Order: sequence, then C-alpha cells, then structure tokens
Amino acid sequence: MSIRTEPVTMNVGPIHPSTHGVFRMRVTFDGEEIIDVEPVIGYLHRGSEKLAEERTYTQVVTLTDRMDYVASMTNNQSYILSVEKLAGITPSPRGVWLRMIASELQRIASHAVANGFLINDLGAWHTPLLYMLREREKILEMFEMLCGARITNSYLRPGGVFMDAPDQFWPALNRFLDEMPHRIDDIENLLSTNEIVLIRTQNVGVLKKDECLNASITGPVLRASGVDWDLRHKNPYDYYDQISFSRPLGEIGDNHDRFLVRIFEMRESLKILRQCIENIQPGPVRPKEVPFLVRPPKGDSYVPIESPKGELGFYLVSDGGVSPFRCHVRAPSFINLTLLREMVLGDKIADLFVTFGSLDVNMGEVDR
Amino acid sequence: MNTVMDSVVFKFIYCHLVSSNECVDSFRILGSGFISEKYSIIGFLITSLILILILINGALVGVLALIWGERRLIGRFQARLGPNRWGPWGIFTPVADAIKVMFKEDISPRLSDKFVFVLAPVLMVIPVLMIFAVIPFGKATFLTDLNVGVLFILAITSTNTLSVLMAGWGSGNRYGIIGGLRAVAMLLSYEIPMALAAVGVILMAGSLSIIKVIESQTIPFAIFQPLGFLTFLIAATAELNRSPFDITEAESELIAGYMTEYSSMKFGLFFLGEFMATIAASAVIVCLFLGGWRGPEIIPSHFWFLIKWILMICVFIWFRATFPRLRVDQIMELAWKALFELTLINILAVAILMLIWPDPTILELWIMTGINWIIFFVSLWIFGKLLGPKPEQKDGVSRKIVLQK
Amino acid sequence: MFGFGLIKGLWVTFKNLIGPTFTVQYPDKRVGLFKAAKYYKQNPFSFLKSHPIDGLKSIVGQAVIKEYPDQFPRFRGQEFNWYEDRCTGCASCAKYCPLGIIEIETHPGENNIQEGTSYDIDVFDIDIGRCMFCGICVEACPFDALHMGSGFEKATEKREELVIAVDELRSADKRPSTWFRPQIEQSSYQPRDKEMDDFHDIGRHEKPTKEELTERWVNER
Repeated sequence: MSIRTEPVTMNVGPIHPSTHGVFRMRVTFDGEEIIDVEPVIGYLHRGSEKLAEERTYTQVVTLTDRMDYVASMTNNQSYILSVEKLAGITPSPRGVWLRMIASELQRIASHAVANGFLINDLGAWHTPLLYMLREREKILEMFEMLCGARITNSYLRPGGVFMDAPDQFWPALNRFLDEMPHRIDDIENLLSTNEIVLIRTQNVGVLKKDECLNASITGPVLRASGVDWDLRHKNPYDYYDQISFSRPLGEIGDNHDRFLVRIFEMRESLKILRQCIENIQPGPVRPKEVPFLVRPPKGDSYVPIESPKGELGFYLVSDGGVSPFRCHVRAPSFINLTLLREMVLGDKIADLFVTFGSLDVNMGEVDR
Repeated sequence: MNTVMDSVVFKFIYCHLVSSNECVDSFRILGSGFISEKYSIIGFLITSLILILILINGALVGVLALIWGERRLIGRFQARLGPNRWGPWGIFTPVADAIKVMFKEDISPRLSDKFVFVLAPVLMVIPVLMIFAVIPFGKATFLTDLNVGVLFILAITSTNTLSVLMAGWGSGNRYGIIGGLRAVAMLLSYEIPMALAAVGVILMAGSLSIIKVIESQTIPFAIFQPLGFLTFLIAATAELNRSPFDITEAESELIAGYMTEYSSMKFGLFFLGEFMATIAASAVIVCLFLGGWRGPEIIPSHFWFLIKWILMICVFIWFRATFPRLRVDQIMELAWKALFELTLINILAVAILMLIWPDPTILELWIMTGINWIIFFVSLWIFGKLLGPKPEQKDGVSRKIVLQK
Repeated sequence: MFGFGLIKGLWVTFKNLIGPTFTVQYPDKRVGLFKAAKYYKQNPFSFLKSHPIDGLKSIVGQAVIKEYPDQFPRFRGQEFNWYEDRCTGCASCAKYCPLGIIEIETHPGENNIQEGTSYDIDVFDIDIGRCMFCGICVEACPFDALHMGSGFEKATEKREELVIAVDELRSADKRPSTWFRPQIEQSSYQPRDKEMDDFHDIGRHEKPTKEELTERWVNER
C-alpha cells in the first residue's frame, strides 16, 4: 500500500535569512525531494548600465564598485582595463602591480565571505563565519589605508591607481601574509575533515563537466568540476604572465569540492601577493598625460578578467564623447545562476540553501 | 533506601517547626519547634512546600543565569565579547529578554485548537521542574529519594515529545504540523538510546535510585563505560533540540517549526522550558555518569556538584558553537543505525563483565575499565567504516584537489 | 577513525575561547583599574584619589572610557572641509559630482586671497543625505579648496538638516583627510591629532608671494 502525496509549491521569498541578497525562488517539492525550482530575480535592479551612459568614464568607476559589492576592486579592474584598451592608454608599471595586489587581496576577502556564509547555512551558528570575517577585517583595514573606504573603493583610474600606497601599508601587508596561512589552516582543520560537514556536502549539488561547459559557467564552480580554465593563465591581463601560481581543480563538482577549491585559491592568492611584493618598483602610479576627462576614439572593447566569482567583463562602446555610448556587464553570478535548477533536482530541501550558497552568487551583480 | 528525613536540609527546616524526639540539638539552632508531634504531618507539608519553593525559584534563577552565560560563552568561542551593555558584564540581559517577550502581542490563530494551543507551552515547563525533586545536590541534600528515580527521570523527558506534538497540532498551520511531526519523530527515536544507556548504569549500581547510583561510583561511570556516556550525551543533545540536532529551530530550513505561531509569553514559556531542560539534563548526566557530589574532601560536596554541573552545561554550549546541523534523514539514521546498536553492545559488555567479577575490587574495576575502552574504540571504528563518509572520500583534503601548474 | 574530525573542530573552538577577542567597543568601553588610569594618564593611586567613583567602578572592572576604532589618514569621512580662502567659485566640484548634489551660487567679489580676488560664494550646499562620499569632487578641485573630512558621527534627526550650508562649511572644525591630497600626507598629518586651519599648508602649489600676486593680477591687467 502506498501513500498518496501531492507536490507542494512554496515561495522562498525575497526576504529570507539564507538567500544572499534579495532572491526569490518558487520551489516545488514532493515530501522532501525537490522537483522544480524557479528563480525570480530583479529585486535589486538599479539600472547601472543605463546610468553609465550618462556619466563620464571616471564617474562610472563609482557605479561599478556597487555592482558586486563584496568584491569591488576586481569590478574596478575589469572596467578600467576595458577603458584602457578603448582609449589606448598604457598604464604605468607601479600602478599595475598595485592593482594586482588590491585585486588578490579582494579575492581572499570574497572567498572568505563565501565560505563563511556557506558554513553558516549549514547551521554552525556563526562560528566559522566570524573567524572568516575577522580575517576580512584585516583586509578591509588595508583597503582603508590605500583608498579611504573599506568596501566601495573606487581606487582605480584609467592608467593605474589614483594614489600610491602609504608607508603603513607594506608592514601591514607583511604581517597579514605571515598570519593568514595559520588561519586558513585553522579553518581547514575545523571544517574539511569534520564528519558532519562531509556528510552534508559530499555528493550533493553535483555539476558535471559537460553541463558546465554547455552553460558557460566560469570561476571556482567550473574548476571544481574539473575543467582547467582560469583567465589569469589562458588570457593574461596586467602582469599575470610574469607570475607563477597553480590552479586547484576538483573532481566531482559537488558542494564539498567548491568549498575546498575556494580555500585552496586563498592560498594561491597569498603566493601571488608575495611575488607582487618582490617585483614592485618605485615610480609614478599613473601616467601624467592621462587627462581627467578621458575621451576615447570610436570603437568598442571587451577585456574579461577572473573575478572571485567567475569571468567578469565590461563591453564598452564609445562614440568619441566623455561618456560611454553603451556599457554592458557580463556578470558571472547571473550566468552561474542559470544552472541552479539542474544542480538541485533530486536533492532534499535542506540542501537547497547549501547548494545555493556554494555557487557564491551576489545579487548586486545578477540584477545590476 | 533513604527516607526524606535523611536529607539534612529537610531535617533542618522540619525540626524548627515540629518539636520531635528525633531532632537533636544540633538541628535546633534557631529555636525549638512549636508544632506538637501529633500534628507532625502539617510540619511535613510545610517543610515540603518551603523546599519546593526554593527549588522552583532556584531553577528559574538558573535559567536566567544560563541565558546570560550561554550568550557570553558562545561569544567567547567566536572570539568576540557577548552582550555586556545592560548592567555590569551584561547580567541584566535576561531581564531585557523577559521584558521584550512579555510586551509582544499575543496572537492566537483563528484556525487553531484553543485548548491544545494554550496547554502545550505549559506542558513543556512543568514536568521539567519535577526532575529537580529527585536530584541530590550534595551529600544528604535532596528533596526526596525515590527508589525508581532513574525511571522517573526518563519518563519525564518523554513528556517533552507530547508537548511538541500538541504545539504543532494546535497551531493549525500546515507547515507547523509537518515541522512538529518531524520533531516528534526525532525525539521518539532518541528516547531509546537514552534509556538503554541508562540501563548500563543501573546494572552496575544495582538499583534505580539515584543516591545508590552515586554511591556506587568509585570510578565515575563516564570513564568506566565510555560507550554509555557518549551515547547518553548524544541522545540528550537530541532530546534538548540543541545543535547539531536543532532542525526544529533552524531558520534556514524551509519548513517552519512547531513554534512559529507562538508569540509573547507562550513563546517565552517554550524558551524557558528548553533552557530549564538543559539545566536539568546536565544535572542528570552529572548524577548518573560523573559521580554526582563525589570528590576529594577538600571542599564540601555541594561545590563539587556545582563545578561538575557548570562544566557539563559548558560542554553543551561548546557543542552548539562548533558543529553544523545534520539533516533530518541523517539524524534518524544516526539514531537507529548507530546509537541503538552501540547501547546494546554496551549493555552486553557490562553484563558479561559483571558476571565474571560480581564483587570487584579497585584493581578489577580498572581492568574492566580497560576492557570497556577497547570495546569503545573497536565499535566506533566498525561503525565509522559502515556509516561514515565513504573511505575513498574521507580524507578530502589531499586526494581530491589537484593543483595544476 | 570516525570522530577525529569532530574532535579537531572542538579543539579549534577551544583555542579561540582562550584567545583574545577582536571586538572594538565603541563608544563606551568598560575597563579595569590599570587601563582606566592609563586613559586618564595618571598612575593608579592618583587616579583613585582624583576620580573616586570611577576608581571604585574600575576595581570591579566597570569604569567607562571612550574608545574609537583605528582610523587611517586617508579615511573618507562623512563631512567636507572647505577652505574659502582658496576657493575661486569655479564649480568644478559641482560639475563632476556623479549625483549632482552640490549647489553653488556666486557673485564677483573680493574674497579669494590665494589666487587674487575672483568670485564670492553665496550658496554652497552639499546634501550629505544623498552623497556617496566617492570623493570625485575633491579630485576635481584644481585649487585644493575642498577636502573630505575625517569625522563620521553626522547623524541628525531631520532629513533637512543633512544639507550642509555654506555657514556650516565655513565654521566647522577642519580635519581634512589625505584622500587625493598627497602633499598633506607627506607632512605625516594625522587628522585625529590636530586641526589644520591654515589654508597655506594645504595646497599643492607653493604659496605665491605678494609681489607675484600683484604682478599676476594687478600689473598685467
């Protein structure tokens, strides 16, 4: 004798403690298994792409660092690289090294937040989250030394950065580089052999290699499924071709792999930072001939970079004026989010939030 | 079996009320009694009422202290200070919590079953208070010594289940019922390992009375029966709805728990009942497994009980700060596939050892302890292989992530 | 063996229990005797004599002192420092603000001493309620007259009070942040230590002498 059950459709509303940002899902489940997930987005749309058409190229930098508000340095970097290619500006070397230092620090901060909130969704009452936020505090203090603001930086300008790092910055960075490996080891000890975390995250939310490639997923999600694709290696921008580092690759592509890939990437970023500090030379941080109002000639450009969430690129079209004619953002979180349904079908409800957290989606980027 | 007059506290108060021949001068410090022996029953009643009043108030003050202590201790585990604004070191925080809870609007859903809805939180709190009646807080300090004390305690913890079911049903909310039933399933499954782990203790003590259990612990049973202690600890954590088994309180789980429709003082009573159950369960574990008030005679036995009690509560808070949550089907798997078998192995081992050495000396006790520890490690290894993360995936760190140059 | 991961987790949490906390208690911090004495810059005995009530409270660890989090010189605070003597009324700041919240009205006048007389400012409103403190106005000012401040306690009770008018800009304390002003940073200026009222110390170009000014603005006209 079998019991007749009927599937229930429920709304996981825009305001929910576990959806990172305002995100709505309409979930249909039968008992405990999920049958269908329909994401509804658009709750954070602010019209950034249209606003960019009315601002000058320098003012658009302030718009870009509010898109993915967790990782603003890499947003700035992607936009500025597009502007430099469009206007034909050669950046000065010290500015480029400082850019790379800022963006690797930002990568550590963003992965720390992503992992912390993933474990928070698993139910460990904020303990690992607070350990990760403690490390992020040190990074944000360094950003305050560099550019005066902790989160929405607008540190980069066409041609480099806008001001050199102060004297307090280098000792702070060295102290951070000495302490951080112990903290990452702490988190790894706390969590990656913890049996409860292993039971909850292994073989859940599996994403296979060919599904990833068909859906143009990029970033740590792709590398956790086993594809060796990192834009800093394949398509080097800035001075990434002068630096050697490795890419962590997962095997199965479940939640546990994505969690571990992000932890290993934090270690690789520390390696990159050490090499940047060795290579940096004194000099001007911005060429003198770059004007305040940049007027690029007619044309278009697209320079993708590897942001902590995936491949981020700004497609800029210029018609010779002081504002971009069209600015389109290829947001990695938006494209990674399209595969949520396939990842989650067949798993239980309790795993829905864990899988969503391991994708590391930022709604500011999805909705722009 | 000890009668109630063996309790020093009881005798102290009784002798000040009743002029009786049993009372020696050392008990009549404040003057002799004024009730004659013929009406001694009134003396018994009044003494009992006074002691019950002290116990209930003590339990409530303990809950206040636990609310403050838990939040500060979890803060320290997370490398931050806990609440420290209200009052010195934040000790008025529970008062602020209580005032907040009382001033909220008391909503009754229209579709709820009124009688059941109102009765459920009351049923959560009152039985837990009864546990304190049988616990000895020091040498010869207890309210009563039931000769079925352990059975009494196990029976009371079952009323927790009934209250959860009534709360879920009385809400009238379809998700409340589902959440309540899930919680009831979990609570029922963990009753059995708890009772069976206590059977191991009873076998060694030879009696169900708690005083006898404490007196027979020359080696604390936590060291003597590690399997029994571990399973009782895990089962008690599940019975209290605490991490890692707190599916009922989790906000990130989709289905609302049994407590969603409750607001204001009814919610406050649920809260109170849960914290009081934590205190009571810690006291029970101290009595059954850690040797109660036994300890070297440097400080009085009441202090030993207090120290062990506070340590046990800190262990519960430590678990809450460290472990993530388990999924519902994994919780049921743990109860039925692992804990049940482990408790049966424990009973078997203790029974066989008692058969071989019926009246053990200290040396033989330590030999039995060693055998028990070997059985502990072996069975954990076997069950880990059967149920844990699969062997090829256990050491996730070095095998899976390949660093590509 | 099954369970070792859990025990490692318990050990990490225990290490954090006995380690230091990273809370910054702002604005009131509760301290014991020695830290309270150090805050008032006295030794413990004279502190107990001069502040009896605070001394008693500090013995149980409950004396209240003020603590501020670390702030670096480049911190973009939520206020603006305006040096009227350097401002020419060019309104570059208003033009390059991405949100358009600066409002400037001028008339020809006699107030700007640095560059010779040019324009007098009648209205200079900055609406902090809608400002995003990006600092592009500071970047755009060619005369180094507008700087970001370093204070951040600017909450008011009405939304209208958030608009800073020109009188408030003139009379406020001037503790400029060194954002986009490398010349102040080179003189190792810390905004919390002292104010910078003199407009001569703050600019990028050197101070012109009176003869140079007369030559430039009077004799050549």
